[in-house]
Amino acid sequence: MIEVKNVSFTYPNGVEALQRVSLTIRNGEFVAIMGQNGAGKTTLIKHFNGLLKPTSGEVLVDGVNTRKVSVATLARNVGFVFQNPDHQLFCETVEDEVAFALRNFGFKERTIKKRVAWAINLLDLTEYRKTSPFMLSGGERKRVALASVLAWNPKVVILDEPTIGQDHKQKERLRQFIVQLIAQRKTVIIVTHDVEFVAECNPHVVLMAQGNIVAEGDAKQMLTNPDLVTQASIVSPQITQIFLGLANLGLPTDLIDIHEAREALLNFLEVTS
Amino acid sequence: MYPGGTKRALEDVSITIEKGEFVVLTGPSGCGKTTLCRCFNGLVPHFYGGKLEGNVLVTDLTVSEHPVQELARHVGLVFQNPENQLFALFVEKDVAFGLENLGVSRDEIRKRVDWALKMTGIEDLRERTPHELSGGQQQRVAIACVLAMQPDVMVLDEPTSFLDPLGAQKIFEVIGELNKKLGITVLLIEHRLDLASRYCNHVVVMDEGRVVLDGEPREVFNSEKAHLIGVGIPKATRLSQVLEKSGVHLGRIPVTSEEASHVLKEVLRRD
Repeated sequence: MIEVKNVSFTYPNGVEALQRVSLTIRNGEFVAIMGQNGAGKTTLIKHFNGLLKPTSGEVLVDGVNTRKVSVATLARNVGFVFQNPDHQLFCETVEDEVAFALRNFGFKERTIKKRVAWAINLLDLTEYRKTSPFMLSGGERKRVALASVLAWNPKVVILDEPTIGQDHKQKERLRQFIVQLIAQRKTVIIVTHDVEFVAECNPHVVLMAQGNIVAEGDAKQMLTNPDLVTQASIVSPQITQIFLGLANLGLPTDLIDIHEAREALLNFLEVTS
Repeated sequence: MYPGGTKRALEDVSITIEKGEFVVLTGPSGCGKTTLCRCFNGLVPHFYGGKLEGNVLVTDLTVSEHPVQELARHVGLVFQNPENQLFALFVEKDVAFGLENLGVSRDEIRKRVDWALKMTGIEDLRERTPHELSGGQQQRVAIACVLAMQPDVMVLDEPTSFLDPLGAQKIFEVIGELNKKLGITVLLIEHRLDLASRYCNHVVVMDEGRVVLDGEPREVFNSEKAHLIGVGIPKATRLSQVLEKSGVHLGRIPVTSEEASHVLKEVLRRD
């Protein structure tokens, strides 16, 4: 469990990135943090593995105050995939990259081999095993970064903008991983601007603006509320937009998913004909 | 083929982009989109090396015969990762850099920098350091740098990927306006077609280094092939396909949410 209690954070240059933020994320929960650029999303998640310590307030990870343990200790439980994969990739080959943290954590070579193969296969990178990460495309590098974190099997997986540069198929794959991770009782926290992805995944959504949490609730509640959407500087999913345009016909406007949209339309046609 | 590569990044690619078009280039990651864009301002082959067969002509210049600095006057490229493009100590300096290199007069530079910062909504960042900005802010700076050059062609590689959706929409509107008002040819690499599709009049889909679909957005998005390759077809188009399968015919294939609302209204009222 991650407990954020009254956390404020001010960067050395004076920018107040978080203002008395409180949030609880339970084990096995799937949370999407969304909101304006500069709202404090990345600052907030960097508190979850102790990369940043609160200026005031406290963050507890499984009851342990992040101020009292090193990032290395926290990292064993909390895996972090950065927004920009180039900030975390540096090895000569994809295989070495994925093995790096495992070696650091002192796993046995045999286990490392197995885990690396598993993670590389999971992210569809087998053909690039011996390739330098820097020869790969942006989307592929992003997957290498994800593989290197999943390989050490942390309890909490934090993904900062995981869908950037990913095509539709890769996003669907990513959605399936997340479902799998949740089924294994892992906590998954994503920061994302991708409303269509959120509409498909249906996580608990936390909306942020200007260093504060504006609202939290299920994806449908959050993404179909025009006021909240504007406040968080996002846009509604396209399905919601379509139904907002049909509001005066008496159709529901709180839809985010294509299948429920179809049902609603077919129902409407049946009733009126 | 890139140096040290084992596979061609591009394979037998032929496309024609007319002056003033707004083209969206999409396809699975690693399909060669970025490589193709690097050909348009000569980064391939001049900077990346490797072997380029065939010809790329941009505003009548053969890319392999002209240096990058000459092509850069005609083709502005906004990189996928803004950090690879920004280097100055101040945003303002970064935006002015290209113009200074071209020997544009001081007054003109000032005017164009002001205009580019205004268009991208970052006037207040003028004196900030690019490397201290958020990913989204950096993307705006990168776009401003290219805008200031007022090139004939703007090539943008997922230029809004770090921006919040409202910010992304604004940037697409700006790009759409530049395309319409100034006639700048736009080539946009994008996966998020729900946001981008309303501005384009030409869609190119690549897969494994080849161009597999090339045409009008409605046709491309509605083709079985686009669906099979895994193109993120706009939900408006997907909804019409799903309804079609349930026996509801919309008559016209929608690409944007407004179009979908409109055609749905007609169908719902008709019954």
